Amino acid sequence: MTSEEASGPRDIAVVAFAQTDVLRTTDEISEVEMLMPVLHQVLDRTGLKTADIGFTCSGSSDYLAGRAFSFTLALDGVGAWPPISESHVEMDGAWALYEAWTKLLTGDADTALVYSYGKSSPGSVRDVLTRQLDPYYVAPLWPDSVALAALQAQALIDAGDTDEPALAAIGARSRRVATLNPHAQRRGSVPQGEYVVRPLRVGDCPPVGDGAAAVILAAGERARELCSRPAWIRGVDHRIEAHALGVRDLTDSPSTRLAAEHAGAFERPVDTAELHAPFSAQEVVLRKALRLDDSVRVNLSGGALAANPMMAAGLVRIGEAAARIHRGESDRALAHATSGPCLQQNLVAVLEGDPR
Amino acid sequence: MPEVLKAPLVLEFPFTRSLGPVQSAFLTGLRERVVLGVTTTDGRTLVPPVEYDPVTADELHDLVEVAPTGTVTTWAWNHAPRRGQPLATPFAWVLVRLDGADTALLHALDAPGPDAVHTGLRVRVRWAEERTGAITDIACFEPYDGDEAHRPAGHSGEFENAVTGIVAPARLDYVYSPGRAQSAYIHALAEQRNVGERCPSCRKVYVPPRGACPTCGVATSEQVEVGPRGTVTTFCIVNIKAKNLDIEVPYVYAHIALDGADLALHGRIGGIPYDQVRMGLRVEAVWTEGGRYPDHYRPTGEPDADYDAYKELL
Repeated sequence: MTSEEASGPRDIAVVAFAQTDVLRTTDEISEVEMLMPVLHQVLDRTGLKTADIGFTCSGSSDYLAGRAFSFTLALDGVGAWPPISESHVEMDGAWALYEAWTKLLTGDADTALVYSYGKSSPGSVRDVLTRQLDPYYVAPLWPDSVALAALQAQALIDAGDTDEPALAAIGARSRRVATLNPHAQRRGSVPQGEYVVRPLRVGDCPPVGDGAAAVILAAGERARELCSRPAWIRGVDHRIEAHALGVRDLTDSPSTRLAAEHAGAFERPVDTAELHAPFSAQEVVLRKALRLDDSVRVNLSGGALAANPMMAAGLVRIGEAAARIHRGESDRALAHATSGPCLQQNLVAVLEGDPR
Repeated sequence: MPEVLKAPLVLEFPFTRSLGPVQSAFLTGLRERVVLGVTTTDGRTLVPPVEYDPVTADELHDLVEVAPTGTVTTWAWNHAPRRGQPLATPFAWVLVRLDGADTALLHALDAPGPDAVHTGLRVRVRWAEERTGAITDIACFEPYDGDEAHRPAGHSGEFENAVTGIVAPARLDYVYSPGRAQSAYIHALAEQRNVGERCPSCRKVYVPPRGACPTCGVATSEQVEVGPRGTVTTFCIVNIKAKNLDIEVPYVYAHIALDGADLALHGRIGGIPYDQVRMGLRVEAVWTEGGRYPDHYRPTGEPDADYDAYKELL
């Protein structure tokens, strides 16, 4: 037994993060062509080469591409020959990061490359996302992603938790702060717009865009060698709720709360939170579930209302939170990722910088 | 740079799924205008019914009939219905808790406008004229201010000719673009040229190019014309005819290392009996009249290549 094992689980940190600009269309480039620049950026930031990486894990969705096993082509970008230790989740890259984190906890690897990407532009993402619904009772009705989010928004309005002006303010604030985020897709003052599915207007919905993100994790002293102020992962947990929307209380997110508890989020206050709330009303739900008050800086990146690249937006939340710690702008940050309709699946990570 | 190619890509399939006992009873019930729920061990009634309790994971099987009337628990006005949705005219998406149920069912509500809808609205099922045992046997809900005239009859959930499966047609429309590298490759093929890309790091030439070197993980961009001749590195004999394929079996499908390429591509071998194809056979691409890509590869008549010349490309 090594001394590390004797002293409990090893410390693992996010040591580098990179993301693409999120764009409405990128049809001049393939997925791997979109992905490679961010892979090179995270490697350059750490001085690592692809051959130095102990474990590689990615997240993406065949349904966005409309092609089976589409992720295999992206592997060209990580130099998968000679063979590497690699895995893939058909989910947001935040879940790929969870797998990589557990891999490093086992001691099987000291560094991990996590990346994810999504091109929504080839298809209609509102229709594509219907394919993740219950295939017996729900998917045959083709309720699109905005419609389901609108049901949740109306439930919150009926419960007195929010109203349409408050929702508009969430979207406006997200895009205002996103003016400082060069990667964001929808920035600055944007009209709230017409109803898409009432009560949600254009400004309550995420822009549809293409993008990619990559993160490098490292364990223990390796993290300190690679990054002057590593963002230590104090805990990650993810939870899921019943898939039938009519069983759930759409005004609450018990899965987020449970994940946060298990990730240690409530042990001490956080100063920063990056929430993956694709629709304005979902920020209301998440702030309540995570007990975030006005002392916490929420979504300084602009969040998913400013840029929501499918399968990457959750990993971007972890990356943004980590980057703030790297830059010394945060000491303890919470990152949240979601997947599925109406916040069905939720992941919470707690990151900390060394004391100053 | 040549224009990046785009083409419509339609994914369409009849999604065939079998049903468990509870789903079978529920969907058969809809065919017979009966709405069934399932009762949980703690006494709740779930509609639509599921086979396992979402809270306790207990297996559920006790079916109970509920009313075709109910109350809207939340709603959303859909002014622009999309393909496949229950109504072609503007409607409300609703979660409806049917009378006798503790959970809500998602469906559409036919109403004249958003002002006619609110949470708490009383509604009833409008049945589809033709019912097959599917969630769409409920055409939609409609506002209903009548009294409790739809008391359930206490159906047992036993039906003759129960449905055991559903076919849910799915269609998604995409516009596919292969990106810069593959567009350039396809453009060149239409000019009867095979163009690969060289890795700036390891100098290998990839055909077809995908814009990245899988060994070095870096972008490739330097175009290199390869072929037109090449060497069969390995092959197989295909004995089963694919649907809609206008090629007689057996035929040979081979890996072909074009001259100047560091990766073998694959193609059909023609112009030689299938049982005479061999490793090392020298071949060249054959384009048909107006073809945008090689139809097949045929022997050039040259002597076979030495094994050492292509062993690294197997």
